[in-house]
Amino acid sequence: MKFVLRGHEPRWLAPVAVLVAVLVTLALTAVPIRLAGAAPLAAYERYLVTPLTSTHGLHEVLLTATPLLFTGIAVAIAFRAGYWNIGAEGQFLLGAIGTTWVGTTFTDLPAPVALPLGFLAGAAGGLLWAVVPAWLKRRAGIDEVVTTLLLNPVALLVVQGLLNGPWRNSSSGFTDSDRLGSGFDLPALIPDSRVHWGFGVAVVVIVVTGVVLARTATGVRIKAAGQAPRAAEFSGVDVGRLQWRCALVSGAIAGLGGASQVMGVQHQLTAGISDGYGYTGVIVATLGGLSAIGVVLVALLLGDISVGAQNVSLVLQVPAQLGAMFSALLLLAVLSAMSWRRYRLQWRPRPRSGGSR
Amino acid sequence: MTGGATDTVARPLLELTGITKRYGDLLANDDVSLRVAPGEVVAMLGENGAGKSTLMKVVYGLVRPDAGTVAVDGRPLDISSPKDAMGAGIGMVTQEFSLVETMTVTDNVALSGTGLGRVDRAETRRRVVEAMERVGVSLDPDRLVGSLSIGERQRVEIVKALFHDCRVVILDEPTAVLTPQDVRALFETVRRLRAAGLGILVVSHKLREVAEISDRVVVLRRGRLVGDRVTATVRDEELAALMMGGSTDEVAAATATPAGEPSELEAAVGMGDPEPVQPAGAGPTTGEPVLLLTGLTVSRGGRDVLSGIDLTVRAGEIVGLAGVSGNGQTELVEVLSGTLPVTSGTLEVDGQDVTSADVGRRLAAGLGRLTEDRRGSVVPQMSVEYNLVLEDLPAYTKRGLLDRKAVRAHAEAMIERFDIRARPADAVATLSGGNMQKVLLARALARRPRVLVVAQPTRGLDIGAYRYVHQQLDELRTEGAGVLLVSEDLDELRALSDRVVVLFRGEVVGEMPVAEASPDRLGVLMAGGGSS
Ligand SMILES: Nc1ncnc2c1ncn2[C@@H]1O[C@H](COP(=O)(O)OP(=O)(O)OP(=O)(O)O)[C@@H](O)[C@H]1O
Ligand SMILES: [Mg+2]
Repeated sequence: MKFVLRGHEPRWLAPVAVLVAVLVTLALTAVPIRLAGAAPLAAYERYLVTPLTSTHGLHEVLLTATPLLFTGIAVAIAFRAGYWNIGAEGQFLLGAIGTTWVGTTFTDLPAPVALPLGFLAGAAGGLLWAVVPAWLKRRAGIDEVVTTLLLNPVALLVVQGLLNGPWRNSSSGFTDSDRLGSGFDLPALIPDSRVHWGFGVAVVVIVVTGVVLARTATGVRIKAAGQAPRAAEFSGVDVGRLQWRCALVSGAIAGLGGASQVMGVQHQLTAGISDGYGYTGVIVATLGGLSAIGVVLVALLLGDISVGAQNVSLVLQVPAQLGAMFSALLLLAVLSAMSWRRYRLQWRPRPRSGGSR
Repeated sequence: MTGGATDTVARPLLELTGITKRYGDLLANDDVSLRVAPGEVVAMLGENGAGKSTLMKVVYGLVRPDAGTVAVDGRPLDISSPKDAMGAGIGMVTQEFSLVETMTVTDNVALSGTGLGRVDRAETRRRVVEAMERVGVSLDPDRLVGSLSIGERQRVEIVKALFHDCRVVILDEPTAVLTPQDVRALFETVRRLRAAGLGILVVSHKLREVAEISDRVVVLRRGRLVGDRVTATVRDEELAALMMGGSTDEVAAATATPAGEPSELEAAVGMGDPEPVQPAGAGPTTGEPVLLLTGLTVSRGGRDVLSGIDLTVRAGEIVGLAGVSGNGQTELVEVLSGTLPVTSGTLEVDGQDVTSADVGRRLAAGLGRLTEDRRGSVVPQMSVEYNLVLEDLPAYTKRGLLDRKAVRAHAEAMIERFDIRARPADAVATLSGGNMQKVLLARALARRPRVLVVAQPTRGLDIGAYRYVHQQLDELRTEGAGVLLVSEDLDELRALSDRVVVLFRGEVVGEMPVAEASPDRLGVLMAGGGSS
C-alpha cells in the first residue's frame, strides 16, 4: 500500500473525505467513552444531535460558534496569502482589551455610538497586536510562525496584568474588570436567546471576505501569493505588501472577535475571556479549507460538539474534556483524509513471480 | 547483470505492453505497446500533450498505469517507484532537472544511491568518477552543481541515471535546453551507451536530431502509438503527418512552397533552418525606440553580470540576442522583467523611464515578458484560465468583481488559438511541458505589448507550435511592436531577427544586421573572439 500523487481531483472527493474522517473519529472516541462507562452511541447522539433538536440548543450552538467564526476567518485570510498567523489568540485578547478600555472609560455613551466604537476599538487592538510580527516579517524576514505564536502568552499576561492592577474590579475587588457601560451591551439577535449581534457581525465579515477571496482580483492575487510567491511577484503582485495587509486585516478581524465576546457575552474583561478561540480558529480555518463557507460549517460543527459535550458530561457523567478530545481527533482525522485530495492510496498487487526486487 | 548478450536480437530488452493511463476523462496513454532492443536507440515524437512524458514516467515508476505491463528481459516488473525502476536497471533523465545546487557533483550523484548505507566519501567519489568515464563525461566531481551550466547539469543527471548498472536509459527531451555543442556531446554519450548494448528511449521534437541519433522512431498522437518506423528509411513528411494526424499529401500541400526554395516544412521539421517567415532584414529599422537601455549595469554578489549595456529595440523590428548561456542573457531578461534591480544606467520602455519601476508599471508601459524560468512564472495549483489573466486582472474586473464569464471566454479563445491541450479549469500543474509554455506565451502575446522580451520562446514546443510562435512574433513586428528575442538556437535567431546583438561576459561585443550574421561570425563573437 502506498500513496501516489493524484492528477485530477474529483468533485465528490472533499465531502467524502470529511465524512470518512467523521466516521473514523466516532470510531476512535468510542474507546474512551466506553472507558468512562457510557454507551458510545448514546454519547454521539448527545454530542452531535441533541443540541440541534431544541431551540435552546440551537441558540447555544450559534453562540458558541460566534467567536470561532471571527478567529476562523481571520486565520483563513492570512493563511491564504501565505502568512502563517498563529497569533489570533493574542489578537483576540487585545481586541477584548481595546473594547474594555473604551467601554469602561466612556460609560455613558448611547448604544448607537458605543457599539461601533466598541467594535472599532476591538479591531484596533487586534491590529496593533498583529503589526509587530507583520513588520518584523516584512522588514527583517523574521518568521511569523514563531513571532505570532510567542505573542499569544504575552497577550494573556497583559490581560492578567491589567486585571490584577489598574483594571481590578472596583466594587468586588475580584480580578475581573468593571462592567462596561450599558450602551456597550450587544442586543440579542434572536429574541429571548443569548445569541447576540456579534453573530450578525461575524456573518457580515465572512460574507464580505468570502466574496473578496473568491470573486475579486485581490482574491486571485492573494491566492497566487500564497501558492506561488515567485510567480505572483513575476506577474506584478507585491507579495510582501499583500501579506502585510492580510496580516493586519487578519489581526483586526480576530480583534473584532474579542470585542464581540466582551460586548455580547461577558460585558467585562475576564482572564478567561478567550477559551482558546484563537487556537481553535486555526483548526476552523484549516478544516474549512481556508474558504468562507468552510469556516462557517466547521465553526458550527465545533459549536455543536462543544455544546453537546457539556450536555454529555452532565447526563452521562463523562468528563467534559471528551468534547475537546473529540474536536482534536476530528482535526487529525480530517487532515489525514484531506491528503487524499492530493494523493491516492494504491494497493500494491503482490509482486508476480519473476518480479524484480 | 544476468541475461546473456547472445540472442539479443530476438529478445527485446524493454517491452511495454498495452500501457493505458487515464487522467479523468483524458486518455494520456491509450494501449501503447513498444519494444526496445539492446543496443538500439528509439526516438519518440509527438505533439505537445501527446503523452510522451507520461509514458516515460510509467516506465520509470513515477506514474502508475491503469493497465499494461513493463517488462525488462522478458520479465514483467512491478514498478511503482523510481527505486524499483533503478533496481530493474532502468535510468531516466526527466524533462526537469532535480539537482541540489548547493552540493557537489559527487554528492548529487550519490544522492540517487539506493542502499549505499554508510557514506564512504572517497569510495563514492571513486565510483562517480568511474561512472563518468564509462559514460564519457568529463566533469570535476568536486564542483558545486550551482556553478555548472545547463548542459553540464544535464550531464550530471545522466551520470546520476547511469550510476547504477543500467540497461535501459530514458531521456525526456534532453536536447531542449542544450546548446548545439552540448547536443553534440550528449549524442556522443548516447552512441557510447548504444555501443555498450544499452537500450535507449529518447523524446525529441526535432526531426533533425531524431534522424541523427536514432535507429527507430515511434510516434505518439493523442495517447496512441500511431507509427513505428526505421529512421533510415522514413521521410520527414511522413513523420510530420503521423504526428499531426493528416495524410502525407495534406501535410505536404499545406506546407508547399515554390520549387527550388526549401519548403516551410523542412524549415519547421529541421526546427530552424534559416528560412525566415519574412525576408529577414526587411523590417524597418527607423521606428521609434520602444526599448532603450543605456549604460545598464547589474551587479550580483559583488560581480558585474551585465556591464554598460547599450541596446535599442525599435518599433517594428526583432532584435536577436545571441550568446553562450551564462554570459548575462538570463540576468538581462530578469532585469527587464523587473525581478532583478538595476545597479546603474537607465531603462526605457516606449519612452517611459522604468529603471526603478515595479513589475506592474512596466506592464502598464507596454512590456511583455517570457523568461526561461517557466516554473517561476505560473501558479501551478491555479487554473489555466486564471494564470492566463494574472497580469491583467483589472481588465477582467467589473464593478469590483471578477467577470468570470470574460475570464473563461478569454481562456477558451487562447486555448483555441494556441492549441493548448487543456481545459480552462485544469490546474496548470497537470499540463505537459509544451502546453505550459503555450500558456505563458499566450499570456504574454495576448496583451499586445509594445515591446516583447522573450527567452527561448520555442523551447520544448512541437513542430506546429514552433511555427505558430514564429508567425506570432512576426505578426507582432508587423503590427509595429518591438521584440527582443533571446535564444540559444542560432537558426531561430537568424530566421526571425532583423538585427543580432552578441553578448559575452555581460557586455555587448557585436551588433550587426542579420544578413551579416553568419553562424561562423556569431560563433567567433560568442566565444569572445571579438572583444578588444
Ligand atoms: N497529473 C496529471 N493530471 C492530469 N492530467 C495530466 C497529468 N499529467 C499529464 N496530464 C495530461 O496528459 C497529457 C499528456 O501529458 P504529457 O506530459 O505526457 O505530454 P507530452 O507528450 O510529454 O508533451 P510535451 O511535448 O509538451 O512535453 C496532457 O494533456 C496533460 O495535460
Ligand atoms: Mg513532455
